Formats: sequence, structure tokens, C-alpha cells
Amino acid sequence: MAFPGGRKIATIELRTDRDVSRARSRVSDIMKSKGSRDLMITRFVTAVSEIARNAIIHGQGGRMSVFELPDARLIGVECVDEGQGIDDIELALGDGYSTRKNSLGRGLGGAKRLAKTFTITSAPGKGTVVRMIGMCTTR
Amino acid sequence: MTEKVLETTLEVLKEDAEGLLMEWIDQADEDGAKRSDLFSEREERDQAASMLRAFRLGVRDTSREGDFDLRDEHWADLRGILSEITHERVERGVLPGEMAALVLALKTPLFGRLTDKLVGQPDRLIEEVLIVSKAIDAFALYTNEVFIAEREQIIERQRDEMLELSTPVVELWDKVLTLPLIGTLDSMRAQEVMESLLQAIVERQAEVVIVDITGVKTVDTQVAQHLLRTAAAVRLMGARCIISGISPKIAQTMVELGVDVGEVRTRSSIKNALTDALTSVGVAIRPIERNQRSGA
Repeated sequence: MAFPGGRKIATIELRTDRDVSRARSRVSDIMKSKGSRDLMITRFVTAVSEIARNAIIHGQGGRMSVFELPDARLIGVECVDEGQGIDDIELALGDGYSTRKNSLGRGLGGAKRLAKTFTITSAPGKGTVVRMIGMCTTR
Repeated sequence: MTEKVLETTLEVLKEDAEGLLMEWIDQADEDGAKRSDLFSEREERDQAASMLRAFRLGVRDTSREGDFDLRDEHWADLRGILSEITHERVERGVLPGEMAALVLALKTPLFGRLTDKLVGQPDRLIEEVLIVSKAIDAFALYTNEVFIAEREQIIERQRDEMLELSTPVVELWDKVLTLPLIGTLDSMRAQEVMESLLQAIVERQAEVVIVDITGVKTVDTQVAQHLLRTAAAVRLMGARCIISGISPKIAQTMVELGVDVGEVRTRSSIKNALTDALTSVGVAIRPIERNQRSGA
């Protein structure tokens, strides 16, 4: 189970650039329906955007699932790809590191800072799993 | 026995094609799948007849092999006709469910005839009905797939059209341009934005460019990257770039992301950016005297 006691409420296939914006609007809609404020939506949706794009650029596509959690103030997102994996996660999380040219190299670290909790597991050659929890409301 | 598994079905299709066709159309009418408002009797008949013909040819070849798979070579004719007819019907406003219902309506008359023919042979009857049923279900599903594929094409086309529409560079004043960005800024669009902007700088001899992102919902690192690169290119062309419309929530998010805008000028609203831009080209907006107002 990705999140203990969580219930999957949406799945988004990630293949092209356009799927990143689909993932964003899906998560945004879900958070809005839970009464989330704009700032919280913007923060978490930006994090979602980063990891979804990573799955497409570095992971050759993947799948994102959105979870309802027992604590109704929270929302969980899991992003799974079967790409090349990350050799050194600490390095990848560091600002300014990227395997690509023309990249700021701040996406992964930025997503970690924007989410409430952030875990990443990766095996070289087997893909990467990112799990994030975001705050919908503080009450 | 398995080699001749659809023998009776084939017989029915050969012997009583006309009767089957009539009954099929009647059944479709009863099921609400016939659209007399959109198609004439003749058109409905012709469509159904060509489907039935292709179905018979498919059944003829299937009966030799025994197993059913819509992707097989001998169903190619029927697949072609199904997508053609689905296309035609959807174009005129038939719902995808109605198209599927039309195909499914063939079951009733066909099974009726099979039952008559195979009286006293319940095993054969069940066997044929099962396979034919599976086949017809697959055809109905196939029409749905065709429908979805067409929808996606339309969406794709509309998106391309929007993409072209959505990069208007507007001249606000001599040497001052603005580019209001709306929606998402993916790599493809960023490239177009950059191109049309740089082109406009040359054509209008612009000195200041305001890129307004009020309408951009999410600024992640890729969008930030595109904006910064656009600003850098504008600078290389000898113009100044102001990014306006950065809302408080986007500012906070960008800080968390660790995006550094460097020397690029940013303003919270397009109004502030315009004041800035006009000042730098030596123009100011100021109130006019009451007696100079037009119409006063």
C-alpha cells in the first residue's frame, strides 16, 4: 500500500508533455473540491508538475495515482516510472544538479520543499517511485 | 467439428440475407438505435447491408479456423466498413452508444434464426451463439474505439489551432511590446512564444518587452526556465524584458523551488510594468485637463 489507509481516487497515465498539465489540473480539481486554498493548491500542484515531468523526461513515462488519506486534511500522490532510475538520490535532490543541459536542476529538490512529506525510492535500471503528501486544509 | 464452427451462421447469412437485414433494421428501430431523423431509409439500409456483407465474408473465413479475433486479416473488410460507417454516423450527430446499439441489434434476428435451424442440437446452438455473440460484441466495442479515436483527433487539431492563436504580440506604444501568456507553457509553446516575440522585436524595433504571466496557473522549474531563456534572448536582441503578473502565491512557490530570476526585471502587475516600460522609452501617462476631455 502506497499510503497506509489511503484510497486511490484517480490515476493519470504520463506519456507526453500534455499529460503533465492533465496531472496538474486533476490534482488541482481534487484539492479544490476539498476546500483547499489557492496558495496550497499552487504549491502542491507545482510539486506534482515537477515529478510528473521527471517521470516523462527521465523515466520514459509512468503513472500517477492520487490518494485520499485517513486524515482528510491531506492528499497523497504516488508517481511510478520504469525508467533508468537514479544512481545518487542525494545528488539528484541537490539544487543545480541535472543530467540534462538546459535544465535548472531544481525540480526534485523543489518538489521536496513544496510537499509536506516526500519520499523517493529508486533502483538503477528499474525505475523510480516518488510519494508525496500535500496539505489541503489546515483545519 | 471445430473447423466448421460457424457453419449454421454462415448458412443463415447466405440464405436469408434480405430477411435478416429487414429484421435487423426493425430491431434497431425498436432499440432506439435507428436515426430516421438523420438518415433516410435507403441510407440506413445501405449501411446495414454493407456491414452484413462484410460480416458474412468474415464469418466465411473464420469458420475454417475456428477461433475469433477481430484483429485477424479476414475481418479487415468489416473493420474498414465499421469505421467508415461510424465516421459517417458520428459526423451527423449519432451518439456512440447508438452506434453500438445498432450493431448489437443484429443479435436478435440472427439468434432467432440459429435457434430455428439448430432445433434439437442444443450443444451446437450454444456454441455458435457464444462465438457470434462474442464477435458482435467486439464489433460494437470497435465502433466505440473508432469514435474515441476521432474525438482525439479533433482535440489534437483544436489544440494546435489554439496554440497558434495564443501567442499574440501586441504593440502597446512605440517600442513597447507585450505578450500576454495564458494557460500552460510547455516546451513546444515556449519555442513558438520565443520565436514570435523575437521576430516582433525586429519588426517593431522594440526596446521594452512585457511578458505577462497573469494567466499562467503554474510556474514550475520548466516554465521558469523557459521564461528566463526568453528574457535572455530578448536581452541579446538589445531590448529589455519585464515579466509581469507574478502573483503572491507564484512568488512564494518560486522561492521554494529555488528559482533565481537574476537580472530579469519582474513586476506584480502589468500596470506597474507598463509604467516602467513607458518611463524607459521617455513617455508618461498623466491626467489631462478637464476642459480638454473629448465630448466635454
